[in-house]
Amino acid sequence: MVYEVFRQERKGQPFAHAGTVSAPDAQFAEIYAREQFGRRQESTALWLVPRESIREIDEFPDEFDLKYRRVDGYSIKARLKEARERAGTLPG
Amino acid sequence: MSAQGRSRADLLLELADDELVLGWRNSEWTGIAPFLEEDVAFSSIAQNEIGHARALYELAAPELGLTADELAFDRTPEEYRCAPLVELRRLEWARTIARHWLYETADAVRLEALKASDDPELAGIAAKMDREELYHRMHAEMWLDRLLGSDEGRAKLEEALEELWPYALGVLDDELRPAYRRRVEERLGRSLPDVEPVPRGRHESELSDLLAEMTMVRRSDPGAEW
Repeated sequence: MVYEVFRQERKGQPFAHAGTVSAPDAQFAEIYAREQFGRRQESTALWLVPRESIREIDEFPDEFDLKYRRVDGYSIKARLKEARERAGTLPG
Repeated sequence: MSAQGRSRADLLLELADDELVLGWRNSEWTGIAPFLEEDVAFSSIAQNEIGHARALYELAAPELGLTADELAFDRTPEEYRCAPLVELRRLEWARTIARHWLYETADAVRLEALKASDDPELAGIAAKMDREELYHRMHAEMWLDRLLGSDEGRAKLEEALEELWPYALGVLDDELRPAYRRRVEERLGRSLPDVEPVPRGRHESELSDLLAEMTMVRRSDPGAEW
């Protein structure tokens, strides 16, 4: 069985993919993941996910090139500030 | 032998020598363990044992007027106080697992007794070691189940247990042996023979080879600061 291992470096941070372990069952996988991704105090927590439990989506068609859905080149910072000023919710 | 009648330094050396020599033996699997993940895990366990040995030598060193390195590396084979169980060189996985499980189970019994010691330093280091040994025991138990789960594994394990049981009994003092026997028999679901324990103080022939290899670098430049 292959387990994908996700590692949290500090409490509150998102888990990021760290690598994989091959193990005959979940119990072995826990021991192996602990040694491979935790023995140097580099993790506060690990998630182990059997590879076959992961559902992957890797197709994102954009046939009509809907550029306006993307945010590239759109300065949201200035516009957000204006909107907040109008609403009187500008922080500080 | 009983816990009474030997000094605190001697007791620390027994523990330290067990951990050092077993750590060394386990590290002989580095690079050749049955598969990669196990290689990493077993090597890490070996490193932990050697770390425990270092802490124990450091505790004993001032009483003996020596340094931890001098205790670990500069004694003659006869001066080591490890149990013969940890000296055996058996590069066969089922035997390694049998020894690992027998040792970790004995160590658990020993650490429980030490944690209740009146000596706060001894009790403290035992508690600290035990927090890591917990994972060694999990690893050993898991492998034991694995071996017990197939006819081939069970046969190999039984053969190894038969060889190692007298050695395993020799790890502990007389007064701790009944509790140890109970724990092992309960886990295996059968009784084990009444045998003469292989005592501490006796050494297997392979210990001197191990020490020669372990101290090779240190002996290459005596007195050097590393």
